[in-house]
Amino acid sequence: MSALALIFVVAGLGLIGWLTARARAASFELGGAKRLHSLPGQHGWYVAIWTVLPALLFIAVWSGMTPRLVQDAVLQHPAAAQLPAFDFERDALLAEAKRVARDRSATAFDPVAEQLVAPTRAAISYYGWIGAGVSVLLAFACGALAFTRIKARFKARTRVERGVMSLLLLASLIAILTTLGIFLSLLWESLRFFGQVPITDFLLGTHWSPQVIDANDPGKSLGAVPLFWGTFFIGAVIAMIVAIPFGLMSAIYLTQYAAPGVRRWMKPILEILAGVPTVVYGYFAALTVAPAVRDLAVMLGMPFASSESALAAGLVMGVMIIPFVSSIADDSIAAVPTAMRDGSLAMGATRSETIRKVLIPAALPGVVAGILLAVSRAIGETMIVVMAASGAANITLNPLESATTVTKQIVDLLTGDAEFDSPKTLAAFALGLTLFVITLILNIVALRVVKKYREAYE
Amino acid sequence: MTEQTPKMSARDVSVFYGDKQAVKNVSIDIDMDKVTAFIGPSGCGKSTFLRSFNRMNDTVAGARVEGLVTLDGEDIYAPSMDVVQLRARVGMVFQKPNPFPKSIFENVAYGPRIHGLAASRSELEGIVESALRRAGLWDEVKDRLSDSGTALSGGQQQRLCIARAIAVDPEVILMDEPASALDPIATAKIEELIGELRGRYAIVIVTHNMQQAARVSQRTAFFHLGTLVEYGETDAMFTAPRMERTKDYITGRYG
Repeated sequence: MSALALIFVVAGLGLIGWLTARARAASFELGGAKRLHSLPGQHGWYVAIWTVLPALLFIAVWSGMTPRLVQDAVLQHPAAAQLPAFDFERDALLAEAKRVARDRSATAFDPVAEQLVAPTRAAISYYGWIGAGVSVLLAFACGALAFTRIKARFKARTRVERGVMSLLLLASLIAILTTLGIFLSLLWESLRFFGQVPITDFLLGTHWSPQVIDANDPGKSLGAVPLFWGTFFIGAVIAMIVAIPFGLMSAIYLTQYAAPGVRRWMKPILEILAGVPTVVYGYFAALTVAPAVRDLAVMLGMPFASSESALAAGLVMGVMIIPFVSSIADDSIAAVPTAMRDGSLAMGATRSETIRKVLIPAALPGVVAGILLAVSRAIGETMIVVMAASGAANITLNPLESATTVTKQIVDLLTGDAEFDSPKTLAAFALGLTLFVITLILNIVALRVVKKYREAYE
Repeated sequence: MTEQTPKMSARDVSVFYGDKQAVKNVSIDIDMDKVTAFIGPSGCGKSTFLRSFNRMNDTVAGARVEGLVTLDGEDIYAPSMDVVQLRARVGMVFQKPNPFPKSIFENVAYGPRIHGLAASRSELEGIVESALRRAGLWDEVKDRLSDSGTALSGGQQQRLCIARAIAVDPEVILMDEPASALDPIATAKIEELIGELRGRYAIVIVTHNMQQAARVSQRTAFFHLGTLVEYGETDAMFTAPRMERTKDYITGRYG
């Protein structure tokens, strides 16, 4: 029995539970008790939740376990002795047998796989029926138990409320658990990488050329400092030189000077800018800005200037970040009490004096937090640098030269022919982990600053 | 009504917020060396009217002032009037203490700095000290001038705001319910301070507390529904109001 059909059966049981419990609760009412504590429908929900939830949890756990159990059973079969010992080939054959076992119209290419089809099919069906049986039984048992608890004074309403809360909690936990899972998988692969390459070589090495790796000393060509520098240079320096002044000034204009009519159409346009897919910015960077920057470099007397300069990628990234900075600065300035602004104006300060000397200093923590968040976004940004930045890992202060970033290198390392055990591929995970940690720290600092700042005005 | 020429005067002043008229054809004279109280129930337009004396209504979107307001006979709404200079001459203290998120010293030094009143650091320090002294705050804060102004108590913050206003040496001080957010002890200090400042400035205070008006002011103007009902000597107004509406308000019939 397939998992989907099983879920339907359990849901059906839940519906039956709901209907019978509601009917029973309604009959209590007729039976002479003064008043039920909870409405009949709430009793229905109580029983339905107890019927469905444990069974669904079991199904989730069971379907995670089944493939392993099926494989173990198949390996017990005498035909499995002919399987090759090498993991990769063996897994391929097992997978083939499984595919044929599920899909009767398919046929196996390999004779060994052919022989394994029957045992696989038997095992799948065996464990499938066990799972189905247990879950239906579980649904029935829990439902029945819940049903016996329903009484006129039973507080189904409170219990259902608690059930709703757990459901919401579960929903919010999923995002957190996913983040944790991502982090752990990154950590795991990174540990494998650091088993082959010393962490000091990776974090402190200044030479990056993953295409040519010396098998005896892979750390020599996997020094990530040029990537960190490139990321910092493009995302935190060039992009911010563009984004901070323009973002701040647009926020000041929008909050302090713009007439309400102007603000009404200008702010949404700025926000649309934040919604443009980054790949579009990537085109713009690669096809329009980069050649212009190269022409400029040639004019300035660099005849062999790269068309993949750090400047082009950084400029476009800065433009992408402007609405981000602007929106957070806007919020921070708007959060400064009007009394503060009036106080300054009443002293005879002009509008721009008030902005410079009172509003900006008061809004500064919020603005700084916004900038940190913007930096963390910029250094994690991928599409623009993949399309417009170079792959050459240089440590340079010249924005007209090429520089590469962590994200760009991750993409390069993981595309094309990759072996999953080589230091070259695993380096991508170590880079990912480093990036993850840096952006995480930036975000935490930023959120703390914002929180402290909020408290100051409440 | 007065022998001397008024410091500020309003003639047929109306203030509109969009289509709504908040102040209706009010005429009044404000004298030097006196405290004038504006009283009246909430929403009677007294604060709005006060804010037309230093053009703070300019900062409110959709606000419009009609009529004539003069300072030393000069029309403050004339195109040639420099709003920045006007506000330096007509200072304001707000209902809720609003110190800047800067040190105590910087709060008081703010005005002298932007108007360039001090040529040197020591001169600036002198201005700050005398402003804090006149506001009765010097002894409480002289050892912690670099602490944040927002760390002071509510009453101290309000006196800091008064010190900040007098640091630019204004001629008129407008106070918009300066004690309504304070406890009775802090209120008493503010009232005492107003009494001490009386001889130097023309002071206009908006209050909804009639006892306060009686205690601190020499002149009282009673506003109701955007109009000026009665204006005269405070003593006379509280003992023998000429208008029925004033009497009803003062005796607590409504408000």
